[in-house]
Amino acid sequence: MPTRTVTVGSSSGLHARPAKIFVEAAAKAPVKVTIRSGDRKPVPAKSMLSVLALGARQGTEVILEAEGEGADEALDSLAELLAKDLDADV
Amino acid sequence: MSEVLTGIGVCAGIAAGPLLRIAAAPALPDPVPVTDAAAEYARAEAALAEVVAELGRRADRTADDTVAEVLRAEALMADDEELRDGVRELVEAGHDALHAIDGAFATFREAFAAAGGYLAERVADLDDLRDRAVAVLLGLPMPGVPAPGHPYVLAARDLAPADTADLDPEQVIGLVTEVGGPTSHTAILARALGLPAVVACPGVLAVPDGTIVLLDGSSGQLRTGVSEAEATAAAKEAAQESAAASTSSGPGQTSDGYGVKLLANVGSVRNVPAADEAHAEGIGLFRTELLFLDRSQEPSRDEQVAAYRDVFTAMTGRRVVIRTLDAGADKPLPFLNQDGEPNPALGVRGLRVARQRPEVLTTQLAAIAEARSQTGADVWVMAPMVSTLAEATDFAAAVHDAGLPKAGVMIEVPAAALRAADLLKVVDFLSIGTNDLSQYTFAADRMCGGLADLLDPWQPALLQLIGVCGEAGRAAGKPVGVCGEAASDPLLAPVLVGLGVTSLSMSPRAIGPVRAALAVRTEADCRRLAALAVAAPDAASARKLAL
Repeated sequence: MPTRTVTVGSSSGLHARPAKIFVEAAAKAPVKVTIRSGDRKPVPAKSMLSVLALGARQGTEVILEAEGEGADEALDSLAELLAKDLDADV
Repeated sequence: MSEVLTGIGVCAGIAAGPLLRIAAAPALPDPVPVTDAAAEYARAEAALAEVVAELGRRADRTADDTVAEVLRAEALMADDEELRDGVRELVEAGHDALHAIDGAFATFREAFAAAGGYLAERVADLDDLRDRAVAVLLGLPMPGVPAPGHPYVLAARDLAPADTADLDPEQVIGLVTEVGGPTSHTAILARALGLPAVVACPGVLAVPDGTIVLLDGSSGQLRTGVSEAEATAAAKEAAQESAAASTSSGPGQTSDGYGVKLLANVGSVRNVPAADEAHAEGIGLFRTELLFLDRSQEPSRDEQVAAYRDVFTAMTGRRVVIRTLDAGADKPLPFLNQDGEPNPALGVRGLRVARQRPEVLTTQLAAIAEARSQTGADVWVMAPMVSTLAEATDFAAAVHDAGLPKAGVMIEVPAAALRAADLLKVVDFLSIGTNDLSQYTFAADRMCGGLADLLDPWQPALLQLIGVCGEAGRAAGKPVGVCGEAASDPLLAPVLVGLGVTSLSMSPRAIGPVRAALAVRTEADCRRLAALAVAAPDAASARKLAL
């Protein structure tokens, strides 16, 4: 299954505004994308509550997974988003 | 069946209309057995959808981008596939819609609480969303400020910032709370919005929703059982009065031409248009905390320069008194790690933070100096929570080292007020923060509604301390301002001027009425009133002298 491992780049972590931006982007992806941190159970990337509950901070490594047509493209753009500092982009 | 309830008036003006209460969070009823799981889940799903829709409507309605973003983020949390899956599983396991929603939120609640920090603070958001969904299912109004689509007087036990973030001033025409005091959030909000308000008004929550009331923010009285005709007439008269006050313009002065600078309190460049509309002569308090709130790290120097420059540019040629970071107590900042102080109001706050983190102050002063050098505003810098001459001396040196010309200190601690003359030997000006000066003079917590009478700005002991500062200013020929809530009371303004105060800084909305109040008194009148008020036996007698 296509997978990307990304380090969270946003200075406040995957919270608040960065989480909102990521979740909204994931919801628009043509495939179902999951996100997990460490060996915890993968959760849907378009679920705001699940993404927040990861408690990912800046520097936390998260793993994105998706399957199906367009999975690689979707993962690439989401991975790029996660690696950026979305807090700085105000 | 007309009845008069009395509280403390905190923002002058008359409001007349139906009284509506802020809706409380609904209690969860006992569980009921479910016969049709599919129908039960559909009910739960519809309730969540209504919560999302309502938050979206509120976000669309507010003019404030920050508030809109917060509301949309909340909506996104309620519009969640995993949450719906959790609800469905619980319904299929035999729970009714109410308890399934409660249970599904509880799962996330636990995860958030366990994660700590930022997420633990979001637990309140989850509870709010659950309460909203529960209210929909029970057919009750959603908790929070009502939005009936017509003007009304809002009643509550007390109001928190979260309740009022998107309060619609087109609908809410007055505020009345059962508890709270002259410096509570309700009072500050009322002055910012120019809404007539009464706090510490016992019995107001017993008035049935929809009763037509007449609220007088000057006398602190609420009349119930008013006829529609009376209400309409009162509202019309109030509108005419406020129109007259808001058309006043020009520099503040007494009837015999004694100048008193009328300045605005702002938190960011967003407040500057309101200050201009009110013909403010400058900014008397630029609070810099906003930039630091909700931050895990100190904002960078460049970010600070940009924020300060925005305000300075808008105020080119005018005075801007900028206050260095006032953190701690009711405004804890995550990056300072101030947890665990037994008594934060008496702890490391304001300038005291520089004892542990001097670089935060140095960076801020450097950012202010850089922003000033790029603009043409007359920038003055002051520190909050100064108690001693040594602190004032160190601060003035740091300000001058940064290349800034004017250093001042706030007078919030009685020790500093008593030593005002000494402080003026090392600083260029004083600015009295009456809210904190009340709290520390009367040993009465600002957040403690039951002690509201002690926090009344008309307390003669408080006025006496202000007088000590005013005298020191007159002797030294240096300015002494007031930037607390007391500065926005049109009745009190002449008294403050008589005590030696040379500038008054307030919410922009309050400037018009204060200008009008000063224009009908001579300076000698002000001095006479001030002497009488300080000599009065209590706050109520002092206030009566000025009526």
